[in-house]
Amino acid sequence: MKKVGVLALQGDFRAHGAALERAGAEPVYVREPEQLQDLDGLVIPGGESTTMLKLLNYEGLADALREFARHKPIFGTCAGAILMAHAVSGPAQESLALMDIDVERNAYGRQIDSRVAALDPEPEFLERTAPGQLEAVFIRAPIIRRVEHGAHVLARYRGDPVLVEQGRHLAATFHPELTSDGRVHALFLEKL
Amino acid sequence: MFQFTSEQFRVKVGLAEMLKGGVIMDVTNAEQAKIAEDAGATAVMALERVPADIRKEGGVARMANIGKMEEIMRTVTIPVMAKARIGHFMEARILQALGVDYIDESEVLTPADEEHHIDKNAFRVPFVCGARNLGEALRRIAEGAALIRTKGEAGSGNIVEAVRHIRTIVKEMKQLTVLGPEELVHQAKTLGAPLELVEWVAHNGRLPVPNFSAGGIATPADAALVMQLGAEAVFVGSGIFKSSDPAARAKAVVQAAKNFDNAEKLLEASRALGEAMPGLDIAKMPESELLQTRGW
Repeated sequence: MKKVGVLALQGDFRAHGAALERAGAEPVYVREPEQLQDLDGLVIPGGESTTMLKLLNYEGLADALREFARHKPIFGTCAGAILMAHAVSGPAQESLALMDIDVERNAYGRQIDSRVAALDPEPEFLERTAPGQLEAVFIRAPIIRRVEHGAHVLARYRGDPVLVEQGRHLAATFHPELTSDGRVHALFLEKL
Repeated sequence: MFQFTSEQFRVKVGLAEMLKGGVIMDVTNAEQAKIAEDAGATAVMALERVPADIRKEGGVARMANIGKMEEIMRTVTIPVMAKARIGHFMEARILQALGVDYIDESEVLTPADEEHHIDKNAFRVPFVCGARNLGEALRRIAEGAALIRTKGEAGSGNIVEAVRHIRTIVKEMKQLTVLGPEELVHQAKTLGAPLELVEWVAHNGRLPVPNFSAGGIATPADAALVMQLGAEAVFVGSGIFKSSDPAARAKAVVQAAKNFDNAEKLLEASRALGEAMPGLDIAKMPESELLQTRGW
């Protein structure tokens, strides 16, 4: 069984752990750099990206994650996608720069603008997983404003990319861990 | 009635999910909000006076000044919560129109209605409510609360009531899991909670919404204690800005929430903190001065 880390500094890491279990993987909640050693991949969950950044720095985990990302797949959702982006706006903040995407924080507005949407993913996503619309839960979500250098879009919402893959990495601006549709987690596990 | 699967309710609970493992800090102005965000708070709670000052100064405590809240919302990018008085659905509607991210229908403010809490299902903005026991928590969830926190005793700097409340809620949930169907009906009557919710808790062994702790958290150790007892995140009220070095204490409590089961890291976080806020002996306080008995 594949062992997948879930960064457990703050946020909905338990929901990701449950989603990974449903998809047939063993979750490991990662709080210290040493725990990254024998993992097949890592999920950076939803939460507050500013809080996670502080804790990454307090715990000296940022460099360990960059090193991990050179060899193993990372999947970031919402705050996780913000941390993986090359550049962050709204306002500008540090990131791990693991993917060639630029992200604007809270780009739909405040909580009142959070929503559940039914997406029609790109044919490639359907071919690699299974047919059918994809339910996407957006919570104070960011918008991916730029996708370059081999990063490619697997799903869009109102024209904006919401699920993007680049090489071994994957980023979603929505929360597949908060729905019963396991296809996005299954897609990530396929990459390990 | 109960719309756990409705899109609106899932989106409300969704934001609470994102706040797990974090610290929500009371702030009274934009400068404090910035300190909280810089320390790693997951959200701030805007209010006119922190509970310790409300307790000291008395008078009627209301929803915060709109201009102050707007300034806080412009200053930080993390979610901004705000308090409305118990039962004051017009304060709540104004806060929803303002665009705050969560409303705390809070016993810390002076209640506006002694019989009715707000019908929170009627709002698009999510609500958090305080509870001392499982019955109270389930009544608030029935009204539409998407997040429960212990009441504790706000502004006291004394963790004893928050501990009592989280232990009570956790124990009462455990008890439900071993009862048979006819016993659950009786227990619904005893708890004063809807049977459907009592059955849900009996089946799942937890609340249908996230369960945080508030009321008297003053130190990193306090935050870790309530999280060990089952709280999934903490609210810190007067504890930060009534201490001698708010920025350092805020950072330490954020680290404590992440490291709540790691004593070595808690020791590090607790070093060089300066003075905690002064505490109150709740056992010596007259019942009329308690905030936790407001609401039902």
